[in-house]
Amino acid sequence: MTEPVLSVRDLRVWYGTDRGPVRAVDGVTFDVRPGETLGLVGESGCGKSTLGRGVLGLTPAAAAVDGEVVLRSPGGAGRNLVGLPAKEIQRLRGPELGLIFQEPMTRLNPLMRISQHFEEALRAHEKGLSKQEIRTRALDALRGMGIPESRYRSYPHEFSGGMRQRIMIALALVLRPAFIVADEPTTALDVLVEAQIIKILADLRKNFDTSLVLITHNLGIVAEACDRVAVMYAGHIVEQGDAREVFANPQHPYTRELLRSTISLSTTGLHFIPGSPPDLVEPPQGCRFHPRCPVAMRGCATVEPPEVVLPTGVVSACWQQAIEVEPSLVDELGPDGREPLAAVKEISVADEA
Amino acid sequence: MSNTSKQSGSLRRYILTRIALAVPMVLILLILVFVMMRVAPGDPISASQGGKLNAAELAARRKAAGFDAPLLQQFWDYLKSVVTLNFGTTFSDRRSVREIIIENGGATLTLTAGALVFATVIGIPVGLLAGRYRDRPVDVVSRLASTVSYAAPVFVTAPLLMLAFGSTSGQASPLIQLNVPTQTHILIVDAALDGDWDAVTDILQHLLLPSVALGLLIVGVFIRMIRINLIQSLQGDYIEAARARGVRERHVVARHGFRNALVPVVTVLGLQVAMLLGGAVLTEKIFNWPGIGRQLIDYINQRDYVAVQGIVTVFALVVVVISLLIDFVNALIDPRVRY
Repeated sequence: MTEPVLSVRDLRVWYGTDRGPVRAVDGVTFDVRPGETLGLVGESGCGKSTLGRGVLGLTPAAAAVDGEVVLRSPGGAGRNLVGLPAKEIQRLRGPELGLIFQEPMTRLNPLMRISQHFEEALRAHEKGLSKQEIRTRALDALRGMGIPESRYRSYPHEFSGGMRQRIMIALALVLRPAFIVADEPTTALDVLVEAQIIKILADLRKNFDTSLVLITHNLGIVAEACDRVAVMYAGHIVEQGDAREVFANPQHPYTRELLRSTISLSTTGLHFIPGSPPDLVEPPQGCRFHPRCPVAMRGCATVEPPEVVLPTGVVSACWQQAIEVEPSLVDELGPDGREPLAAVKEISVADEA
Repeated sequence: MSNTSKQSGSLRRYILTRIALAVPMVLILLILVFVMMRVAPGDPISASQGGKLNAAELAARRKAAGFDAPLLQQFWDYLKSVVTLNFGTTFSDRRSVREIIIENGGATLTLTAGALVFATVIGIPVGLLAGRYRDRPVDVVSRLASTVSYAAPVFVTAPLLMLAFGSTSGQASPLIQLNVPTQTHILIVDAALDGDWDAVTDILQHLLLPSVALGLLIVGVFIRMIRINLIQSLQGDYIEAARARGVRERHVVARHGFRNALVPVVTVLGLQVAMLLGGAVLTEKIFNWPGIGRQLIDYINQRDYVAVQGIVTVFALVVVVISLLIDFVNALIDPRVRY
């Protein structure tokens, strides 16, 4: 197996607030291999975007980052990006690590022509490029995104949202990064443009072997565009594995509930998960999903579930699977740990009232 | 490129539209000035000459000045005087208002320019520093100073400045006798054109304190505006996007932060010029600066109606022209304005 381009180990991103630290990302581990697309899904506010920014070292100054983010250039040794001086990680952003944003409308400087954006990005990393070389490179990247040469000197406000997102992608690609985080790149766009953008991202992987972390809450996109999927809940990855396997056979109760909430033509009634994601300043003890989990046991409320590798290769962090795979773990749940957690129903009723 | 010509075309259209829209604005201003002058009790002739002339003479003077005509007729005459840039002749010393503007306008222009230079030279760097280092000492001190500066009226700051620096800055000494040919009616420019650098230095010395006094009136607003705009633009989405492309932090702050923060400031600058003209009246009086403002006060004291109406009209027109210019500058630097 090829070595991962990016290995994230036990990454933590905490924000300081008046009430105490917000544990937006709390011990996340995953790998991305060359040419692989990892889908990162979960509800709003579960830490997906923070995770994406944490990888690129773009967290605000008030955030504390801990853990390991190891980036391997082809054939080179890995280097841990966490704790790297600001100047060095800034040099990696662009040529090694790319980021595509959720909101294309406000991501281009309204006072700068598209050409000036390209000049700035290329000059930041490749000194001594002539204006002509910059133009050729930029036009190549734009053409790949279907933006005609005649628009090169236009201003951002002269483009539609979909075009702006394609320009943002071209701006990221012109530096040829090996690894890109796409943070809900289609959320603000209509479905036709969405399909177009997803196609562009898929081509990227085919043509340049670019690795991609695709953050989304659209499960349809994950099913279509991703090789593997990681499901996030309250700062943790609760299930990760082959995308098709996870969708066909979801293991973690949260994944199951999330998939059940998807709307399709065959949907007869809307399903939702009662309650809302927990407060990340004081997350629930034990499994963070237990207050909303339909199959929670008493032990789930006190002991954090271990990550276990299931026979299918899927990794899940749920006591239900843990004791199935390794029955000896049952002792950790304590006496009557396997009794159903009856309180669940009452909580959800109170929430709806 | 066709694209570029399309853009300059839209810029031209924008400018023409703005000029067309300025016409009703000017008309409204003129009506306001006209009405306000007439709302003041008593007619101007009796006000200025009452007690000095007998009734028959007063009536004759009123008739000569056209104050017995119906209001509409008077307004029409006023409009004509504005369009011909004539603005009438003063009662008290029989000068034409145009002459006052030409002879004293230069001094007011010099003073407001000096105040603007002071406000921008101090305001822009301090505002940018305060915004960049928010809540650090430089920000706290500048916030305090700017609040004091815009809360203190000219009639307080100007005498204080005189007391503190009046003797050391050479303010109190009389202007040296100038003997330069009049070309532009702007003393400092005339002196410079003549190559009389001693005179230029002397004028600058006398300009310093009034400029600071007047500049202090607006520098506080400048600092606060620039600061808050920089703070907002540094939180902008395109700032994060530029960082994500690995643009150097220095460039991010300068090219994306500072530049975008200064755009709204241009608009404020235009509004502040109106404030400066108001402040100039007081400053000129206090520092005995030979500008239009000081003339205006003298004419108000003499109840010279035509002079006051003419000078106020010119002030109003200047403000309109400046706000037009500001709109054009805005359209030049911000491409979104043209649409």
